[in-house]
Amino acid sequence: MSEDANLFAQQEANRRRSNWVVVGFIVFFAWVGFGGDLAIALLTAEAPPDAYHHVIPFIGAATTLFAGGICWYSWRHGAERVLWATGAWEIVEPATPEQQQLVNVVEEMAIASGLSRPRIWIVPDDDPNAFATGRDAQSASIAVTEGLLGRLSRDELQGVVAHEMAHVRNLDVRLMTLLAGMVGAIALMSDGMGRMLRHGGRIGGRSAGRGGGRGGGNPLGLIVLALWLVTLIVAPVVSRILAMSVSRKREFLADATAAQFTRNPMALAAALEKLSAATGATRSISRGAAHLCIVDPSPGLLAAREGFLADVLASHPPIRQRIIRLQGMGYQQAKREAAAQPAAS
Amino acid sequence: MSTIVLLVVLAVIVLWVISAYNGLIALKNQVANAWKQIDVQLKRRHDLIPNLVNTVKGAMDFERSTLESVIAARSRAVSATGVKETARAEGELTQALGRLFALTEAYPELKANQNVLQLQEELSSTENKVGFSRQFYNDVATQYNTRQATFPTLLVAGLAKATPVELWEIEDAAERAVPRVDLSLNKPAT
Repeated sequence: MSEDANLFAQQEANRRRSNWVVVGFIVFFAWVGFGGDLAIALLTAEAPPDAYHHVIPFIGAATTLFAGGICWYSWRHGAERVLWATGAWEIVEPATPEQQQLVNVVEEMAIASGLSRPRIWIVPDDDPNAFATGRDAQSASIAVTEGLLGRLSRDELQGVVAHEMAHVRNLDVRLMTLLAGMVGAIALMSDGMGRMLRHGGRIGGRSAGRGGGRGGGNPLGLIVLALWLVTLIVAPVVSRILAMSVSRKREFLADATAAQFTRNPMALAAALEKLSAATGATRSISRGAAHLCIVDPSPGLLAAREGFLADVLASHPPIRQRIIRLQGMGYQQAKREAAAQPAAS
Repeated sequence: MSTIVLLVVLAVIVLWVISAYNGLIALKNQVANAWKQIDVQLKRRHDLIPNLVNTVKGAMDFERSTLESVIAARSRAVSATGVKETARAEGELTQALGRLFALTEAYPELKANQNVLQLQEELSSTENKVGFSRQFYNDVATQYNTRQATFPTLLVAGLAKATPVELWEIEDAAERAVPRVDLSLNKPAT
């Protein structure tokens, strides 16, 4: 019963976090827009009456609308976009024994978790990896790479699929999919704004020069402008760190839930071992969707390293720690069974 | 003043009764649903077995007794009713199938046969599904039983017509035993 309560608490927390992420995202874009308006308004306030005065904050209105649009789009089509970006195709009618096995394993895990069967996708990539995406259990999708299908045994595949089903059940997929859409949008906006500034810099420079001749611009306007620029520069990094930190904690939880589904933590540990041994990068999965995957798709040195920097930048906890925890569960289970055996027979 | 306090307390109690009642009913439906899921998987398993037997029959002619025990266990399982009897019959069927699978390992032409491989994957998946649906059923049923037997939900259990449901116990000795395999091919297996 406490486990039950724990699940609801987890789902509730994820719903709440999803809402906050949306609010934070829109507020951030509003600041980017209206902050820019404010800076320009302050800088043009002392201009001669016939020169341009920035009165209507149309940049703010535009960015806020844009942010709302992105949120709506991530909510409605985020999962589709993530799958589309990886080039995944859906298994409708399994063609090979391998695909049949995957479909069977997903059906088994859907039963074990008591959820409806998610849609199943295959990512054409030789590096082993897997991810889940979607708004809720009804609209969820699970995708695995071709490399994963080829390399794992049935039990190991089951462990990986159970891990993904755990993300679906805990509603991690909702938060993760929203974040994927937003991280992408922020990166896009930062690039676009940077280009615009470089382009618009010449005009700004001319007017600033004129203003300088009149005895300096508005200092408050310059401060706001500086703050605004700093936000634009750090936003992509911060948003990514945020997405990563949100994802790290739930990997441990999903591993534990997966063990509860399969009652076979050792298989997932073995699968993680194989996934970490494959050192190549999953090329078809971009950085923006890294936090969705079961193991970091671009394992640099960070995947194996522990410590503060690795903690902040990695999308996943060090894989060794995850394996050790799973093996711990496995040994405990074996011990319990060994203790129960003589009593039973 | 005191009437207001009384009314508030009454409202709180009524709200609690409603939510506790609804919680119990939801769990009850979940249990029924989980049981249906087991049923679906068992039926699927029963449907697959004749196919498997037909496919391997030719190659395993002298393992007739193993095949027959699978068929017999299947027909017993099909006609079983109630949680306890079904659990026992299905346990026996699992055992018989386990013996059959272990025996097919000794036949290279069966191991290479695409049809057999496919059937084997289907059946072992169905076995797993039976296992997982049983696991889920037991989890939900335990939750339901605990909820209706513990205070304070205990108080509305009668109202929700909640009665303890039977768990699907695994017949320890029978199911945990490793299937005995006789690999000396010239004499029929037990």
